[in-house]
Amino acid sequence: MRRLSDEKKFQLIASIILVILALIALLPIALIVIASFTDEKTLLANGYSYLPKKLSLDAYYYMVKQGAIIFRAYGISILVTVVGTFLSVMLTTMIAYPMSRKNFKYAGLLAFFVFFTMLFNGGIVSSYMLWSRFFHIKNTIWALIIPNYLVTGFNIFLVKNYYLNGIPDSLIESAQIDGATELTIFRKIMFPLAVPTVATISLFTALGYWNDWINGLYYITNPNFFGIQNLLIRIMNNIQFLKSGTITNVLGTGAVELPSTAVRMAMAVIGILPIVVIYPFLQKHFIKGVVIGAVKG
Amino acid sequence: MISAKKKIKKQGYAKSGPLLLIALPGILYLLINNYIPMFGVFLAFKDFNYVKGVFGSDWNGFKNFRFLFKTRDAIIMTRNTILYNVAFIVIGTVVAIIVAILLFELGTHIKVKLIQSALLLPNLLSWVIISFIGFAFLNSDTGFINNTLIKLFHGQPVAWYTQAKYWPLILVFVFLWKTTGYSAIIYMASIAGIDKGIFEAAKLDGANKIKQIIYITVPMLKSTIVILALMSVGRIFYSDFGLFYQVPMNSGVIFNVTQTIDTYVYRGLMQLHDVGMAAAAGLYQSVAGFTLVMVANGLVRKFDKENALF
Repeated sequence: MRRLSDEKKFQLIASIILVILALIALLPIALIVIASFTDEKTLLANGYSYLPKKLSLDAYYYMVKQGAIIFRAYGISILVTVVGTFLSVMLTTMIAYPMSRKNFKYAGLLAFFVFFTMLFNGGIVSSYMLWSRFFHIKNTIWALIIPNYLVTGFNIFLVKNYYLNGIPDSLIESAQIDGATELTIFRKIMFPLAVPTVATISLFTALGYWNDWINGLYYITNPNFFGIQNLLIRIMNNIQFLKSGTITNVLGTGAVELPSTAVRMAMAVIGILPIVVIYPFLQKHFIKGVVIGAVKG
Repeated sequence: MISAKKKIKKQGYAKSGPLLLIALPGILYLLINNYIPMFGVFLAFKDFNYVKGVFGSDWNGFKNFRFLFKTRDAIIMTRNTILYNVAFIVIGTVVAIIVAILLFELGTHIKVKLIQSALLLPNLLSWVIISFIGFAFLNSDTGFINNTLIKLFHGQPVAWYTQAKYWPLILVFVFLWKTTGYSAIIYMASIAGIDKGIFEAAKLDGANKIKQIIYITVPMLKSTIVILALMSVGRIFYSDFGLFYQVPMNSGVIFNVTQTIDTYVYRGLMQLHDVGMAAAAGLYQSVAGFTLVMVANGLVRKFDKENALF
């Protein structure tokens, strides 16, 4: 056998290790995907398996036929993601732009105002009391959009730095000479110019909203306002309840029977689906975003 | 910077009104969402009563704190929060660097891109979905581990969700599973920034790949490693609520190894309705966290001024 050069040997070993790691990353996800296509009786008899004896599409048929509550939750997740991301991007760029203006008297003060929110916080208890007792946000769609995520110091600084380093002052000056007002300059020039950064923060914000369940956990008790994540939590809790012997229909309406294991897994799969579908197209931006964010916000 | 200042002197400041108006919605949001709750920390010094409300409840001085630190809970949650974070920082960094180096050495072939995508995918899933995946593996009746792996080796099934001793390992594994691909990207960007000439020179001097990694790549990553680690140290009193609440399925018998300050505050506020204690724990976390961010930033400044937060 021909002796491999050191370089080749290293590459071979590196490839093997990475392929194993990639499998470790993917196989757990594959398990619930396969479970969602497994026949319910087989699943209960043999447990979760990568090679189930009998496959079935029943879980998905069930979802299509009985799934009013699932589709509703899906709709809410989509609504929250779209509205939340839109509002977040608007508010973030609007506060970041004045901060980036070198001749704005309060730019430094504003930067400190934003920065301090990244250093200290009042904790979840006072935040919860404020939103639930003074703004009465519980069991409204706004509870899923507004608290905690709408504007973050981190995103503001990303956009501010982009403006500061990427857009020349002369652009603003010439627009001013042409008689444009500040609002026009922002709307017609600065907002469109921020598109590359806006794309990056939209991606992370949208992912955050789609995956969020914490606001729902704190502020939503009415299943009509559950997004897909909170519906999944409630269903998992019901199973825990059943196991502990307290058979209560916690879903509230009483009309919903406990979905089978395969149906639960199918719901988790459709919860991941949009991410997996969009991911290949956005991976480049995602990686860019991770790097910008890490190097310095 | 100097020229900008000169320019301002010559032309004067822009009118503040319109610019403030544009920033106003964002300012209002931060005032409500971030600043008002900062003043709400006084709840930690009250005997909160749902009928009397936030302002009507009676003051009780440091009683909440005295109660909190008398219980074992305070020690357990602090210990867990800090030890898990230390484990995450140390193990997470080492694994991420190894993965980054391996990925980088293999170049930009399409296969490498696919592997990178696979490693990144877990990071895009919510903790709820991850808890479902965990349940598929760990539940005692139908879980994959009990039904397939343990049967394969003729072992005894384990009731995973009630056995505290396995959880430190499970939680560290789940953390690595979710975050390694993400952290590796950051280190890859740093490795890509290293001057290629150094590697070429080392090669000419007869250094093999392993030697190049040990004597060039890793030392060149030092500043990235130190800065990222210090930033994590600044957040050592905070834990990922999802990892510690969803993944263990809120199982009470293993709280000893899964309770962190964040899960304690949640349970105090939403499940036990002990608002005073939850607020006290929250304030303890905020103050300790703030102090550590300051210390960590001071250290980053000393080490590398460019990368300090302020």
